[in-house]
Amino acid sequence: MNTPMRRVAMLVMAMVVVLLAGVTYLQVFKADELRADPRNQRVLVDEYSRQRGQISADGQVLAASTETDDRFKFLRVYPENPNAPTSPEANAPVTGFYSLNYASSGLEKAEDQILSGSDDRLFGNRLFDLVSGRNPRGGNVETTINPVLQQVAYDQLTAQDLTGSVVALDPRTGAILAMVSAPSYDPNLLAGHDGSEVAENWNRLHTDPRSPMLNRAISQTYPPGSTFKVVTSAAALEDGATINDPLTAAAGLTLPGTNTVLHNYADERCGPGDTVPMIEAFARSCNAAFAELGIKYGADALRDTAEDFGFGPDTPSIPLPVADSTVGTIPDAAALGQSSIGQRDVALTPLQNAVIAATVANGGVRMQPYLVDELEGPDLKTLSTTSPTSPGQAIPPDVAGELTEMMIASEQDTTGAGSVPGVQIASKTGTAEHGSTPKQTPPHGWYIAFAPAQNPVIAVAVIVEDGGNAGLSATGGKIASPIGRAVIEAAVQGGQ
Amino acid sequence: MSTPGPSAEDTAFHSPPGGFAPPPQTKSGRTAELWLTLFAIAVVFAALVIVEVAMEQHLTWDLAKYAAAYTVLMVLAHLVIRRFAPYADPIMLPIVALLNGLGLVLIHRLDLADEETQAFLGNPEPGSDANQQIIWTLIGLICFAVVLYFLRDHRVLSSYSYTLGLAGLVLLIIPALLPAQFSQVNGGRNWIRFAGFSIQPGEFAKILIIVFAAAFLVSKKDLFTTAGKHVFGLDVPRARDLAPLLVAVVLAIGIAVLNKDLGFALLIFGTILVMIYVATDRASWLFIGIGLFLLAATAAYFMFDHFRERVEVWLDPFATYNTSGYQISQALFGFATGGLAGTGLGSGQPNTVPFAKTDFIMATVGEELGLIGMAAVLMLFAVLVIRGLRTALAVRDSFGKLLAAGLAFTLAFQLFVVVGGVTKLIPLTGLTTPFMSYGGSSLLANYILLAILVRISDEARRPPEAPARRNPTPIGDAPTEMVRRVE
Repeated sequence: MNTPMRRVAMLVMAMVVVLLAGVTYLQVFKADELRADPRNQRVLVDEYSRQRGQISADGQVLAASTETDDRFKFLRVYPENPNAPTSPEANAPVTGFYSLNYASSGLEKAEDQILSGSDDRLFGNRLFDLVSGRNPRGGNVETTINPVLQQVAYDQLTAQDLTGSVVALDPRTGAILAMVSAPSYDPNLLAGHDGSEVAENWNRLHTDPRSPMLNRAISQTYPPGSTFKVVTSAAALEDGATINDPLTAAAGLTLPGTNTVLHNYADERCGPGDTVPMIEAFARSCNAAFAELGIKYGADALRDTAEDFGFGPDTPSIPLPVADSTVGTIPDAAALGQSSIGQRDVALTPLQNAVIAATVANGGVRMQPYLVDELEGPDLKTLSTTSPTSPGQAIPPDVAGELTEMMIASEQDTTGAGSVPGVQIASKTGTAEHGSTPKQTPPHGWYIAFAPAQNPVIAVAVIVEDGGNAGLSATGGKIASPIGRAVIEAAVQGGQ
Repeated sequence: MSTPGPSAEDTAFHSPPGGFAPPPQTKSGRTAELWLTLFAIAVVFAALVIVEVAMEQHLTWDLAKYAAAYTVLMVLAHLVIRRFAPYADPIMLPIVALLNGLGLVLIHRLDLADEETQAFLGNPEPGSDANQQIIWTLIGLICFAVVLYFLRDHRVLSSYSYTLGLAGLVLLIIPALLPAQFSQVNGGRNWIRFAGFSIQPGEFAKILIIVFAAAFLVSKKDLFTTAGKHVFGLDVPRARDLAPLLVAVVLAIGIAVLNKDLGFALLIFGTILVMIYVATDRASWLFIGIGLFLLAATAAYFMFDHFRERVEVWLDPFATYNTSGYQISQALFGFATGGLAGTGLGSGQPNTVPFAKTDFIMATVGEELGLIGMAAVLMLFAVLVIRGLRTALAVRDSFGKLLAAGLAFTLAFQLFVVVGGVTKLIPLTGLTTPFMSYGGSSLLANYILLAILVRISDEARRPPEAPARRNPTPIGDAPTEMVRRVE
C-alpha cells in the first residue's frame, strides 16, 4: 500500500505544480493583456489611487489630483482660478474628463500612460518608487494652450450663448494656442467619487440637446461655405491664374447640365461690369464667380490642393483624435461648382479650417497641429518635447502671398465689429448653408484669419452654428468675425 | 505493515563505542505546535491590521474582536489536541489555523467592501459574514473536539462502515427530495434549508463515503487483487467483489449530477478512484477510471445544457462577459491586477467578483496577495496534504492508511478543482476552498476531517513504549475478527 501512496503524494505535488504554473501564466504572462482589457475597471480604480500627473498650460494648472481621505485617495480636479483666466468649462475640450464611472476623454485619455505613470519612459521612476516605498506618481503634460486666448475665445462664445468653436494656431509651428467648444461642461462634475451623483451629471450632460460634451473643434465637421474659396483660389493660382483674372460678375450661375442656378449672397451682382477681378470677387465673396473658377480648373486641381492643405482620410491625432475633413465626391461639373464654394459634400473641422489659414500665413508651409508641448516626469524633468513637424509645402510661397493679399482685401470688405487698431488682419468669412431646407435654416457663420498679415503670429478659425443670434440673416462677417478679431487682439496684445 | 516491528533487542539502549549517546527522544511535538499556532495567530493579526488600515484608514474595534476570538479559538484547539491526541502531527493544526485565519481576514475585508457598496447605494448596512464565520469556526472546533474526545481509536469507524456509508447517501439524497425552496441555492440543489438554518450535506457525505470506501476496500482488498481477470492487458477485478462500493459511488455521483453539483461528483469520483488505486496498487484502475470519466464528460456535454454552458464559459469567458462569463472574467481581471505581489490586503477590488467569499475566495487571495500569496497558500495546502499522506504511510493499520490517504487526497483534489476552476485552468465547478471559504458546512466538515486525520496521526506517531491507550476499544465495538490482521 505504501508504494501507491508515495505515487499519490507525487500526484498531489504535481497537481500543486500545475496549479502554480496556471496561476503564474495568469498573473505574470497573461496579466498585461487582461489589465489592458477595457472591461477591467480595476485598473482605473487602481490608477485613481495614484497621484495622477498634471495637465498645464503656460504655467497654469488645467487638471490636477488632490489628496482626499476616502478610499480612492485622490480626486481629479479641474481648477477654477479666479485670479487667472482659466475655467474648467473653457478647457474641457483640451483636458477632457477623468471619471471613475465613465473612463476618460481628451488629453486625460490620449496621454493617460504619462498621467497615470504607466508609460515606459517612467519605468525608472516606478522602480524607484517601488524600492523607496513611495506611492507612485504620474507624469505631467504641458500643453501648447495659451490660457488667455483660450478663455477669451470661450467667453466670446458664451457671452452671447452661442454654439460653436474657436481654434487658434501658431502658424509658424502648428502649436494649438486655443481650442474651445461651446456650450461646454465642467469636467469636475464627472470626476467626483460619489457614483450616483456622477451618474446623474453624466445623464444630464448626455441628454442635453445642445451636446455640451461634443468637442466641436475636432470631432465635428461642417460645410466650410465661402471660407473654402481660399482653397479654390489656391488651386487656380497654382495652375496659372492670377488675382486679377476676370471672373463673371453675374448674380447667378446656371450650373452646367442642370437648370439649377447658383446665386450670389442676397442675389446681388458682383460689381458694375460684366466681369470682376478675382481679388474683388474674393473680397465680396461672389459665389457665381468662384463656381466658374472652380469648374474652369477642374475637380482634380481642387481635390489635390485640398489634400495638400490636409483634407483626406487618416487625419493624424493631435494627440486627440481628429475627424477627417473631406471635399466629398465630385461626380460632375455641377457638383464641382457647388463644391468650389464650400457647399455640397465639402465638410471640415474647425481645426482644419484653422490649418488652412495658418498654411497661408506660413508662406504655404503647412505645419502639423499639436496640443502637447512637453511631457514631464513626476519630478518635472522633461521626458520629451514636441518639435514642430511639417507635412510639406502645401502651396508655393508666391501663391500664399497672393492669397494673403486677397484675404487682406476680404478683411477690409468684411462687416462686423472689433477691428484691431494697428494690426493688419487677413481673413475670409463664410456663411454655410446646411440642413434639409437650407433657405429656411439659419446658416453657420465662419471666420478664418491670421495676423499680423505680414508677420503672422496667430491663425484662427471661428464657427458659430445656426446663425448665432442673427437667425436667417446671419453671415460669417456678422456673427463670427468679431469673435475671431477679439482672439487676435488678445494674441497680438498679449505679446505673442 | 509488511515490515515487522523492531524486536526487543533492537530497541534496547546501546552505548556507541567510545562514547555516550542519549537515548532517542520521542517528541510529542506539542511545543512546536504551540509556537507554530502562535505564529499563525501573529500572521493573521498582522493581516487584520493591514486590512483595517487600508480600508478604514484607522484601527477599529472589529480588529480586537476578531483577533481575540480567533486567538482564543486556536489556542483552545491546541489544548484539545494536547489533551486528547498528544502525539498528533504538530504541523496540521497550525496550517489549518493559518488558512482559517486568512479566510477570516479576507471575509472581513469583503464585508467592509460590501458595507461601502451598500452605503454608496444608500442601503442599510449588511450583516457581517466574518462574525458568522467566527461562530462557524467555534462550532467547527467543537465538532473537532467532540470527534477527538469520542473517537479514541480511528479503527472504530471501520466497524460502522456500512452505516456511515448509508448515512452519507441519505444525506445526499435529502436535497433532491426536498422541494426546491428548501434545497436550491444559485441553481444547484445541494442544500438543506429550513428555519434560517442551512447545510450543504455533500460536505459531510464526502467524509462518510470516504470512511465507507476505506473500510470496504480494506476488507475486500485481498479478494479483488487476487481474483481479478486479465482483460486487454489490464487486471480487472470481478464486479461482484466491488459491487457495494460501485453502487455507493455511482449513487453518490448520480445524485450529485442530478442536483447539478458537478464539483462534488468530480471530487467523490477522483477520491474513490485514488483510494481504489492505493488499496489495490493496480494502475489499471486509474486508466479505467479516467476512461470512464472522459466518456461521462463527453456524454454530459451533449446531454446537459448547464454542463455545456460551463465548458463554453471555460473556453472563452469573455464571449459571455455580460452573463455567464462575468464571474470568471472578473476573477481573471482580479488575478491579473494582482500580478506578482498583489495589490495588498484591502487595496484591491475582489468584491467585484460574485461569490468572492465562498467559491471565489482564492480570487481574492490572487488579487490582493498576488502570485506570491497564491503560492504560499498552495504550499500550505500541499504541506497539510503531504503530512496527511505521511500519516497514512506511518500508521500501522490498513484501514487507517487508506482513510488518511483518502481524506488527505480529497483535500488536495478539492483544492485542485477549486483553484483550477477560478484560474480558468479547468471548467468551473462550485466548490469551496477548504478552511478558507465562508460557510458553515464547509468549515464544520473540514474540521471533522481534520479531527480524523489528527486522530490517525496521533496513532501513527505514538511511540511504541508509550503507555497503552487509556480507553481501549470496548469489546462490543471491536471489529468482529477472530485474528487481527497484521499487514
